[in-house]
Amino acid sequence: MNVRNILLGCAVALMAASLYLVFLYVPTEATMGVVQRIFYFHVPLAWVAFLAFFIVFAFSIIYLWKRAEKWDVIASASAEVGTVFTTLFLATGSIWARPVWGVWWTWDPRLTSALILWIIYIAYHLVRTHADGGSRGPRFAAVVGIVGFIDVPIVALAITLWRTQHPGPAIFQGGLAPSMMLTLMVCLVAFTVLYALFMLLRIAMKNDEREIRRLKLTRS
Amino acid sequence: MENMGYLFAAYTVIWVVVFGYVLSLSNRQNKLKRELESLKETLKEQPPG
Repeated sequence: MNVRNILLGCAVALMAASLYLVFLYVPTEATMGVVQRIFYFHVPLAWVAFLAFFIVFAFSIIYLWKRAEKWDVIASASAEVGTVFTTLFLATGSIWARPVWGVWWTWDPRLTSALILWIIYIAYHLVRTHADGGSRGPRFAAVVGIVGFIDVPIVALAITLWRTQHPGPAIFQGGLAPSMMLTLMVCLVAFTVLYALFMLLRIAMKNDEREIRRLKLTRS
Repeated sequence: MENMGYLFAAYTVIWVVVFGYVLSLSNRQNKLKRELESLKETLKEQPPG
Protein backbone atom coordinates (compact mmCIF):
# COMPACT_ATOMS: atom_id res chain seq x y z
CA MET A 1 0.00 0.00 0.00
CA ASN A 2 1.64 3.25 -1.09
CA VAL A 3 1.46 6.69 0.54
CA ARG A 4 -1.06 7.90 -2.07
CA ASN A 5 -3.55 5.12 -1.24
CA ILE A 6 -3.10 5.67 2.51
CA LEU A 7 -3.77 9.41 2.07
CA LEU A 8 -6.79 8.68 -0.16
CA GLY A 9 -8.25 6.32 2.47
CA CYS A 10 -7.62 8.87 5.27
CA ALA A 11 -9.12 11.73 3.19
CA VAL A 12 -12.31 9.75 2.42
CA ALA A 13 -12.73 8.61 6.05
CA LEU A 14 -12.05 12.10 7.45
CA MET A 15 -14.40 13.77 4.95
CA ALA A 16 -17.15 11.30 5.88
CA ALA A 17 -16.52 12.04 9.58
CA SER A 18 -16.55 15.80 8.86
CA LEU A 19 -19.90 15.62 7.07
CA TYR A 20 -21.36 13.56 9.94
CA LEU A 21 -20.13 16.10 12.51
CA VAL A 22 -21.25 19.16 10.50
CA PHE A 23 -24.75 17.94 9.62
CA LEU A 24 -25.69 15.51 12.40
CA TYR A 25 -23.54 16.11 15.48
CA VAL A 26 -22.86 19.79 16.04
CA PRO A 27 -25.77 21.90 17.39
CA THR A 28 -27.22 24.75 15.34
CA GLU A 29 -25.70 28.11 16.26
CA ALA A 30 -28.22 30.41 18.01
CA THR A 31 -27.67 33.72 16.16
CA MET A 32 -27.07 32.76 12.53
CA GLY A 33 -28.95 29.47 12.49
CA VAL A 34 -28.27 26.64 10.08
CA VAL A 35 -26.20 28.74 7.64
CA GLN A 36 -23.42 29.00 10.27
CA ARG A 37 -22.54 25.39 9.35
CA ILE A 38 -20.70 26.81 6.33
CA PHE A 39 -18.07 27.93 8.89
CA TYR A 40 -16.81 24.34 9.44
CA PHE A 41 -15.62 24.04 5.82
CA HIS A 42 -14.96 27.75 5.14
CA VAL A 43 -12.28 28.10 7.85
CA PRO A 44 -10.38 24.88 6.90
CA LEU A 45 -10.43 25.96 3.23
CA ALA A 46 -8.82 29.26 4.23
CA TRP A 47 -6.28 27.44 6.45
CA VAL A 48 -5.26 25.09 3.63
CA ALA A 49 -4.98 28.03 1.20
CA PHE A 50 -2.62 29.80 3.64
CA LEU A 51 -0.62 26.59 4.15
CA ALA A 52 -0.38 26.09 0.38
CA PHE A 53 0.91 29.62 -0.16
CA PHE A 54 3.41 29.23 2.68
CA ILE A 55 4.74 26.16 0.83
CA VAL A 56 4.92 28.24 -2.39
CA PHE A 57 6.81 30.95 -0.48
CA ALA A 58 9.28 28.56 1.20
CA PHE A 59 10.00 26.43 -1.88
CA SER A 60 10.27 29.47 -4.16
CA ILE A 61 13.05 30.79 -1.91
CA ILE A 62 14.80 27.40 -1.99
CA TYR A 63 14.36 27.24 -5.80
CA LEU A 64 15.88 30.70 -6.35
CA TRP A 65 18.74 29.79 -4.02
CA LYS A 66 19.53 26.26 -5.28
CA ARG A 67 18.15 26.56 -8.85
CA ALA A 68 17.09 22.89 -8.84
CA GLU A 69 13.84 22.16 -10.72
CA LYS A 70 12.52 19.79 -8.03
CA TRP A 71 11.90 22.73 -5.66
CA ASP A 72 10.00 24.62 -8.34
CA VAL A 73 7.87 21.50 -8.93
CA ILE A 74 6.75 21.56 -5.27
CA ALA A 75 6.13 25.33 -5.28
CA SER A 76 4.10 25.30 -8.50
CA ALA A 77 2.08 22.23 -7.46
CA SER A 78 1.21 23.98 -4.19
CA ALA A 79 0.26 27.18 -6.03
CA GLU A 80 -2.24 25.29 -8.17
CA VAL A 81 -3.83 23.46 -5.22
CA GLY A 82 -3.80 26.69 -3.17
CA THR A 83 -5.62 28.55 -5.94
CA VAL A 84 -8.39 25.92 -5.92
CA PHE A 85 -8.80 26.24 -2.14
CA THR A 86 -8.68 30.06 -2.25
CA THR A 87 -11.42 30.06 -4.91
CA LEU A 88 -13.51 27.87 -2.61
CA PHE A 89 -13.00 29.92 0.55
CA LEU A 90 -13.91 33.10 -1.34
CA ALA A 91 -17.01 31.43 -2.84
CA THR A 92 -18.23 29.92 0.45
CA GLY A 93 -17.57 33.23 2.25
CA SER A 94 -19.66 35.07 -0.33
CA ILE A 95 -22.53 32.56 -0.04
CA TRP A 96 -22.38 32.85 3.76
CA ALA A 97 -22.32 36.67 3.60
CA ARG A 98 -25.57 36.91 1.61
CA PRO A 99 -28.00 35.75 4.34
CA VAL A 100 -25.94 37.16 7.25
CA TRP A 101 -24.89 40.60 5.91
CA GLY A 102 -27.50 40.94 3.16
CA VAL A 103 -24.87 41.24 0.40
CA TRP A 104 -22.84 38.77 -1.67
CA TRP A 105 -19.75 40.93 -1.46
CA THR A 106 -18.49 44.01 0.38
CA TRP A 107 -15.13 45.80 0.11
CA ASP A 108 -14.27 44.95 3.69
CA PRO A 109 -10.49 44.69 4.51
CA ARG A 110 -10.68 40.90 5.10
CA LEU A 111 -12.55 40.16 1.91
CA THR A 112 -10.55 42.59 -0.20
CA SER A 113 -7.18 41.27 0.99
CA ALA A 114 -8.39 37.69 0.35
CA LEU A 115 -9.44 38.64 -3.19
CA ILE A 116 -6.02 40.25 -3.73
CA LEU A 117 -4.43 36.97 -2.58
CA TRP A 118 -6.44 35.08 -5.20
CA ILE A 119 -5.42 37.58 -7.91
CA ILE A 120 -1.73 37.27 -6.89
CA TYR A 121 -1.82 33.51 -7.40
CA ILE A 122 -3.66 33.82 -10.70
CA ALA A 123 -0.77 36.15 -11.66
CA TYR A 124 1.67 33.44 -10.48
CA HIS A 125 0.19 30.97 -13.01
CA LEU A 126 0.04 33.58 -15.80
CA VAL A 127 3.69 34.62 -15.30
CA ARG A 128 4.73 30.98 -15.29
CA THR A 129 2.84 30.14 -18.45
CA HIS A 130 3.61 33.22 -20.53
CA ALA A 131 7.25 34.10 -19.69
CA ASP A 132 9.59 33.23 -22.54
CA GLY A 133 12.54 30.89 -22.15
CA GLY A 134 13.14 27.70 -20.16
CA SER A 135 13.72 28.86 -16.60
CA ARG A 136 12.40 32.42 -16.85
CA GLY A 137 8.79 31.42 -16.13
CA PRO A 138 9.65 29.48 -12.95
CA ARG A 139 12.06 32.24 -11.80
CA PHE A 140 9.55 35.06 -12.32
CA ALA A 141 6.78 32.95 -10.75
CA ALA A 142 9.02 32.27 -7.73
CA VAL A 143 9.42 36.03 -7.22
CA VAL A 144 5.61 36.47 -7.40
CA GLY A 145 5.23 33.56 -4.93
CA ILE A 146 7.64 35.17 -2.45
CA VAL A 147 6.37 38.75 -2.71
CA GLY A 148 2.74 37.60 -2.88
CA PHE A 149 3.05 35.80 0.44
CA ILE A 150 3.17 39.21 2.17
CA ASP A 151 -0.60 39.29 1.64
CA VAL A 152 -1.21 36.10 3.69
CA PRO A 153 -0.52 37.67 7.14
CA ILE A 154 -2.51 40.74 5.99
CA VAL A 155 -5.54 38.49 5.26
CA ALA A 156 -5.07 36.63 8.55
CA LEU A 157 -4.67 39.79 10.67
CA ALA A 158 -7.19 42.00 8.82
CA ILE A 159 -9.90 41.21 11.38
CA THR A 160 -7.76 42.47 14.26
CA LEU A 161 -5.94 45.34 12.50
CA TRP A 162 -9.04 47.04 11.05
CA ARG A 163 -12.72 47.43 11.88
CA THR A 164 -14.37 44.85 9.64
CA GLN A 165 -17.76 43.24 9.15
CA HIS A 166 -16.07 39.85 9.23
CA PRO A 167 -16.37 38.07 12.63
CA GLY A 168 -13.35 38.41 14.96
CA PRO A 169 -10.95 35.59 15.90
CA ALA A 170 -13.48 33.69 18.06
CA ILE A 171 -11.65 30.38 17.56
CA PHE A 172 -8.62 31.50 19.57
CA GLN A 173 -10.57 33.38 22.23
CA GLY A 174 -12.65 30.49 23.56
CA GLY A 175 -15.70 31.61 21.58
CA LEU A 176 -16.53 28.11 20.38
CA ALA A 177 -18.42 25.40 22.27
CA PRO A 178 -16.40 22.14 22.65
CA SER A 179 -18.60 20.32 20.09
CA MET A 180 -18.05 23.13 17.57
CA MET A 181 -14.30 23.12 18.23
CA LEU A 182 -14.16 19.32 17.74
CA THR A 183 -16.06 19.60 14.44
CA LEU A 184 -13.79 22.38 13.24
CA MET A 185 -10.62 20.45 14.15
CA VAL A 186 -11.75 17.28 12.34
CA CYS A 187 -12.59 19.37 9.25
CA LEU A 188 -9.17 21.09 9.49
CA VAL A 189 -7.39 17.72 9.53
CA ALA A 190 -9.60 16.41 6.68
CA PHE A 191 -8.76 19.34 4.40
CA THR A 192 -5.07 19.22 5.32
CA VAL A 193 -4.97 15.53 4.31
CA LEU A 194 -6.84 16.37 1.08
CA TYR A 195 -4.22 19.06 0.36
CA ALA A 196 -1.41 16.54 0.93
CA LEU A 197 -3.12 14.07 -1.42
CA PHE A 198 -3.58 16.69 -4.17
CA MET A 199 0.06 17.70 -3.73
CA LEU A 200 1.28 14.12 -4.20
CA LEU A 201 -0.83 13.70 -7.35
CA ARG A 202 0.24 17.05 -8.81
CA ILE A 203 3.94 16.50 -8.04
CA ALA A 204 3.80 13.06 -9.71
CA MET A 205 2.25 14.68 -12.80
CA LYS A 206 4.86 17.43 -12.90
CA ASN A 207 7.59 14.78 -12.71
CA ASP A 208 5.97 13.00 -15.68
CA GLU A 209 5.95 16.33 -17.56
CA ARG A 210 9.69 16.72 -16.84
CA GLU A 211 10.34 13.19 -18.07
CA ILE A 212 8.39 13.88 -21.29
CA ARG A 213 10.43 17.06 -21.90
CA ARG A 214 13.64 15.08 -21.32
CA LEU A 215 12.63 12.29 -23.71
CA LYS A 216 11.60 14.81 -26.38
CA LEU A 217 15.07 16.38 -26.13
CA THR A 218 16.69 12.93 -26.44
CA ARG A 219 14.60 12.21 -29.55
CA SER A 220 15.44 15.46 -31.35
CA MET B 1 -34.58 25.86 8.69
CA GLU B 2 -34.30 29.38 7.23
CA ASN B 3 -31.38 29.87 4.81
CA MET B 4 -31.10 26.15 4.09
CA GLY B 5 -30.65 27.02 0.40
CA TYR B 6 -27.44 28.95 1.13
CA LEU B 7 -26.04 26.08 3.17
CA PHE B 8 -26.88 23.66 0.35
CA ALA B 9 -25.34 26.02 -2.24
CA ALA B 10 -22.08 26.39 -0.27
CA TYR B 11 -21.54 22.64 0.16
CA THR B 12 -22.58 21.95 -3.44
CA VAL B 13 -20.01 24.48 -4.72
CA ILE B 14 -17.30 22.85 -2.57
CA TRP B 15 -18.01 19.31 -3.79
CA VAL B 16 -18.50 20.29 -7.43
CA VAL B 17 -15.15 22.15 -7.47
CA VAL B 18 -13.31 19.39 -5.55
CA PHE B 19 -14.68 16.63 -7.82
CA GLY B 20 -14.05 18.78 -10.89
CA TYR B 21 -10.44 19.25 -9.81
CA VAL B 22 -10.02 15.51 -9.12
CA LEU B 23 -11.46 14.75 -12.57
CA SER B 24 -9.15 17.29 -14.20
CA LEU B 25 -6.13 15.77 -12.38
CA SER B 26 -7.16 12.28 -13.48
CA ASN B 27 -7.63 13.30 -17.15
CA ARG B 28 -4.31 15.16 -17.26
CA GLN B 29 -2.54 12.23 -15.56
CA ASN B 30 -3.94 9.72 -18.10
CA LYS B 31 -2.92 11.97 -21.00
CA LEU B 32 0.62 12.31 -19.60
CA LYS B 33 0.93 8.55 -19.08
CA ARG B 34 -0.15 7.89 -22.67
CA GLU B 35 2.29 10.48 -24.03
CA LEU B 36 5.12 9.07 -21.89
CA GLU B 37 4.45 5.50 -23.05
CA SER B 38 4.26 6.58 -26.69
CA LEU B 39 7.55 8.53 -26.41
CA LYS B 40 9.29 5.55 -24.78
CA GLU B 41 8.03 3.28 -27.60
CA THR B 42 9.26 5.71 -30.28
CA LEU B 43 12.68 5.94 -28.66
CA LYS B 44 12.89 2.16 -28.42
CA GLU B 45 12.13 1.80 -32.14
CA GLN B 46 14.56 4.58 -33.14
CA PRO B 47 18.03 3.31 -34.09
CA PRO B 48 20.77 4.65 -31.77
CA GLY B 49 22.91 7.54 -32.93
